[in-house]
Amino acid sequence: MNPAMSPRLRQQLLSLSALVGFFVLWEMACIASGVSDLILPRPSQIAHVLYDKMPLMWPHAVQTLNTTLIGFGLGVLIGILLGLLIGSSRTAYDVAYPLLVGFSSIPKVAVVPIFVVWFGSGTVPAILTSMVISIFPVVVNVATGLANTEPELEDVLKVLGARKRDILWNVALPRALPYLFASLKIAITLAFVGTVLAETVASNKGIGNLMMIASGNFDVPMVFAGLVILAVLGVILYAISSWVEQRMTGWAQRKNDLAMG
Amino acid sequence: MTSPIIDLADVTVRYGANGTLALSSTDLRIEQGEFVALVGPSGCGKSTILKLVAGLLQPSSGGLIVAGRESPAGAVRIGLAFQNPTMMPWLNIRDNVMMPLKIVQPYRQDYAKKKRGEYAERAEALLAQVGLAGMGDKRPWQLSGGMLQRASLCRALIHEPQLLLLDEPFGALDSFTREELWALTQQLWLDKKPTVLLVTHDLREAAYLATRICVMTSRPGRILEDRAVDFPRPRTLEMSYAPEFASLVQGLRMRIAEARTAPVALVPTRPEKVAA
Repeated sequence: MNPAMSPRLRQQLLSLSALVGFFVLWEMACIASGVSDLILPRPSQIAHVLYDKMPLMWPHAVQTLNTTLIGFGLGVLIGILLGLLIGSSRTAYDVAYPLLVGFSSIPKVAVVPIFVVWFGSGTVPAILTSMVISIFPVVVNVATGLANTEPELEDVLKVLGARKRDILWNVALPRALPYLFASLKIAITLAFVGTVLAETVASNKGIGNLMMIASGNFDVPMVFAGLVILAVLGVILYAISSWVEQRMTGWAQRKNDLAMG
Repeated sequence: MTSPIIDLADVTVRYGANGTLALSSTDLRIEQGEFVALVGPSGCGKSTILKLVAGLLQPSSGGLIVAGRESPAGAVRIGLAFQNPTMMPWLNIRDNVMMPLKIVQPYRQDYAKKKRGEYAERAEALLAQVGLAGMGDKRPWQLSGGMLQRASLCRALIHEPQLLLLDEPFGALDSFTREELWALTQQLWLDKKPTVLLVTHDLREAAYLATRICVMTSRPGRILEDRAVDFPRPRTLEMSYAPEFASLVQGLRMRIAEARTAPVALVPTRPEKVAA
């Protein structure tokens, strides 16, 4: 190995070559086995479709992205409020936790038909589905973070005559932030799942809907092109929330820069 | 005589549902400006007394008065340091030290205005005094245990507390650092003369720092002996090897050994007979 190469750069190069290798292998396997593109299209075919049909697909991608972000935003907002409520006292935590686990274990696919009955098909059920799906990880994590505050840290403030609000603001909330951001990464991925799910079942717009129609027309390369767009969007959203997490709660993930001290 | 700053009268404390007796009918009066050390076998309720005075715990029965009031919170400015430095990991050292100024009146109202100027300078000056000059921007995990404990002392002192509560603050440190911090603590006490309540199991520490040492029995705790320490100030490490110092420490050690071996005779009632 080249000793001048930094470990970080090396790791990134390896990741990149794994990604490229995956597609090359896929391409070669398709060619070697002669499998029909109705079953498994080659990556080059998918790329071609992506390039050709982008003007057609782009509005759908934007629709899916917007739906996801709105649903995610609402879900996180509600999740934080509920989490604060539940995590603020031991009793509330003990009482609400079983309820929370019960609700969060409902498969969220099952709620889409209900939303369709209530609001008709379209964008609204998709937003609601992605909202409902992203609430629970946030609630659970925020509540857990608040409930796990070290009592000694609180004592330091209590002795000073701090009000409950002071303690919440200066100890409990900062303590819960890493939990919140960890949950955002989960929630954004789930919100995406929720949106696409609802679009597939009951919408006339969005990548989910596009893929449903394409598969109905046996346009399998188009279905895969939809998948690729979803993957790219998903990775971008995950990367953004991961970056925000690093910025906001670097103190909780200090392993990497320990050497600086 | 002025009224004592801390007055525990016949205080009993029970923990938990089954009412484990942690402290039984304890009396303790501490005058303004005293440096009192509580020593005793582990689990004897030393920390319980400290928590009572800090207002973190309510007595199950008996009277507790701190600075003329029944609830310590807000009655006096209290500084507190534990065995663990309990720094907030999301703040740098300076902000950690400044935390009391953010909470306690009269500093609180000016915090937003002065946190970058006067208060920050004050924190830096205090940090420099304990040998942490220029460490204000560091994060807690970048400092060693001894350094964190110094920072924790700074946090306990920055709001010029009238009452300083120290719960084995040097317990987790190596002996060199510990002795260095004794000298520092003594100096800080001589400068500002706050009332100090120090919980410790280190008898040399108690003899070096305190004006008065209270020996406690093992659980349920009560005060067995109350002894004034009148070595001249400032005390030095050399003095701690003098014969009269050694004989004081030895005497205390014997008392604690007694307290450990014969606690049963001192228990007044069986716990279940007393209403919780």
